[in-house]
Amino acid sequence: MFTEMLSPRLKARVSESSLLKVLSWPQGVDSFTEVADRSWTQHEGRATVTAVRWQTPRSVTLTLRPNALGAQLFADFRAGQHINVAVEIDGRRHTRCYSPVAAEGSALIELTIGRHDGGLVSDHLYRHARPGTVVGIGAPAGDFVLDPTDARILLVSGGSGITPVLSMLRTLRAGGHTGEVAFVHYARTPEDVAYAAELRELAAAEHTTVLFGYTRSGAGELSGHLRAEHLATALADPDAVYVCGPAALVDAVREVHPEARSESFVPPAFRPGAASGGLVSFAGSEVFVEDDGKTLLEQAENVGLTPEFGCRMGICHGCTRLKSSGVVKNVTTGVVSSAEEEEIQICVTVPCGDVVVEL
Amino acid sequence: MTAVAEPIYIDDTAEVLQPEQVFEKQVGDVHVRLTKTEMDEFGRELDAIRHRILADLGTRDAEYIRDIIKLQRKLEVGGRALLFLGILPPAWLAGTTMLGLAKILDNMEIGHNVMHGQYDWMGDPGLRGQEFEWDNACPADQWRYTHNYMHHTYTNVVDLDRDVGYGILRMSKEQKWDPYFLFNPLWAFLLMVLFQYGVALHELEAERIRDGEIGFRDKREVLSEVWGKVKKQTMKDYVAFPLLAGPFAPVVFAGNMVANLMRNVWSYTIIFCGHFPAGVSEFSLDEAREESRGHWYFRQVLGSANLTGGKWFHIFSGNLSFQIEHHLFPDLPAHRYQEISPQVQDICRRYGIPYNSGPIHKQFGSVIKKIIKLALPPGLGGIGERAKRAPRRQVRAEFDARQAAEAAGEVVRDAGEPSVKPYRVKAITG
Repeated sequence: MFTEMLSPRLKARVSESSLLKVLSWPQGVDSFTEVADRSWTQHEGRATVTAVRWQTPRSVTLTLRPNALGAQLFADFRAGQHINVAVEIDGRRHTRCYSPVAAEGSALIELTIGRHDGGLVSDHLYRHARPGTVVGIGAPAGDFVLDPTDARILLVSGGSGITPVLSMLRTLRAGGHTGEVAFVHYARTPEDVAYAAELRELAAAEHTTVLFGYTRSGAGELSGHLRAEHLATALADPDAVYVCGPAALVDAVREVHPEARSESFVPPAFRPGAASGGLVSFAGSEVFVEDDGKTLLEQAENVGLTPEFGCRMGICHGCTRLKSSGVVKNVTTGVVSSAEEEEIQICVTVPCGDVVVEL
Repeated sequence: MTAVAEPIYIDDTAEVLQPEQVFEKQVGDVHVRLTKTEMDEFGRELDAIRHRILADLGTRDAEYIRDIIKLQRKLEVGGRALLFLGILPPAWLAGTTMLGLAKILDNMEIGHNVMHGQYDWMGDPGLRGQEFEWDNACPADQWRYTHNYMHHTYTNVVDLDRDVGYGILRMSKEQKWDPYFLFNPLWAFLLMVLFQYGVALHELEAERIRDGEIGFRDKREVLSEVWGKVKKQTMKDYVAFPLLAGPFAPVVFAGNMVANLMRNVWSYTIIFCGHFPAGVSEFSLDEAREESRGHWYFRQVLGSANLTGGKWFHIFSGNLSFQIEHHLFPDLPAHRYQEISPQVQDICRRYGIPYNSGPIHKQFGSVIKKIIKLALPPGLGGIGERAKRAPRRQVRAEFDARQAAEAAGEVVRDAGEPSVKPYRVKAITG
């Protein structure tokens, strides 16, 4: 399209022109520029897919070029963090969070998205993402971030958990980190490892060890699921350990290195608690229900409300709402809070009695 | 003496034997009569259509509204560009027409419909009904209240639905005649050419000011919001664009004015054809009290009228040519009304409920006739109001009391009732 020939600076000047603002009232400049190019907007971070690769049979790798606002947001990205990605499927917008694989400071955003059973968004991107596809992107978030000042760093990942950890490894190598780094990755089979070639290349560098373990094939340097000696082989006495993957992997690493920083992509095992029988008030909608022990998000949906949400596992904060009063429990942290006027993530919060949520 | 106990009969059929509630309405020559059971069944059948469409919403609807928005933006940019060459008469004509059509699309198929929340399900921040703003002097927030809530909930309830006469016209014989209405046709003409300002002053509640219930002072905030919008639109259409045209400022000014006039006259015509043609019913507050869902649907059908026409006629009417379907399902994407219309007609036919539909010249002709007839005083060929009616002040006072009770949290809605968006279905409890 002709808009691709316009320089980003010209686009920004159009978007920010105060004359055009007067002339385009009340729809706004964005609503005109968007018609020419969906990513040409100032009111939302958006990104255009520039390349699509299928590195493994169960994942897709996208390279995204953010728009001006998206680039501004992504400038704050720290290795290990995740971003919200909004995709429209059958007319409806869905938001999920993914950890970019890019090194800190990268202008392009690289995402490798693992396809899992029943994964609406991952499956859609796997099948339908093409160069030119435009998605919404949010600000980077998350506490799982790299501290590059440590000398000896052990990185461990399992399956699609490779993404934030590889971002860390790339950041370390690009930033001239001189200490020892070991990367241990577990996958089902060699075919399931994205970035295998890049990792082998990195392994050739000085002070870098890369080891693979395959849980359904004996081909790797490490055999079977994680064992304490795997970590010792990779790097003894690390200063910092980062692990991302299934809960079982995180737990296994923690047994060896209790101080390991972790992120798990799998929703917390959550059994609906006992219904408190309290009155749950969705104040903005004037809907009232009796607590049935499920999360506030599910209870709202069960009475026909449609609050916004993203990951549904307490990571992305897309569902955050104001709780005006009442005692609630966060099922991921187990924290019970009774503060008034408190922001809560309704996807991982259950009532412990009467609760009023601004929803 | 031994007494023989009298046998006791427990009358557990009493309730069943009570005559069933019946709803009746005279619509022209047709006497409509539905029992409560029929009314409930009627409501369920319409609910079923609604659920079917809701379950089917998807890419088709998203693409439709985005295509319309694209068309609107192209017409607007193209029309304004051509007006800069407006010194050439064909360019002026084409530019003005395109801009007029763009404003019509912006107000009707896009603005009106998006603000009803018809595309909220998409989750697109640019199409959120509660935040959308349109190219019209009426502030969107005021519109959402007077139109989405008041007009769509209390449709054709005289003295509550301010669309019945817009506070300045006599559009129903139920409205009390006074000499001011001798000028009914003149007021109607002025409202037509200045329609966007008329709509903007909706929330002014002119009828209350005329009745001395409130003063302009009470409406200061409303007026300042309206003024804020009028200022911006005037700045854009009558200052900025003409100035950019330099020596051709007058032709751009004139083109913009005619485009605004086109939109005013067209939207007025479509909207007046929606509720005022012959055969459309009005309702008293008593009839709308404690309505069931079925009864609410019933009132929407009888209180609305459709226009027949082709594809582009419907698009440029914002599909309000399917006024009946729109009033039944104000939050379904409007381009769906045409496909459900045969089903709605079939349901109405089976329940003996008239379905008012006709070509625009016939429907608008009967609106004009009504405007003239209602101007004349009773006794001079005009029509007087029925005697047995609550005074309009009492109707409004009762409504205000209900609103206050709701605000104070005294009226608790049932869970599951569609209570906020996009409209509230709740009868006034007396």
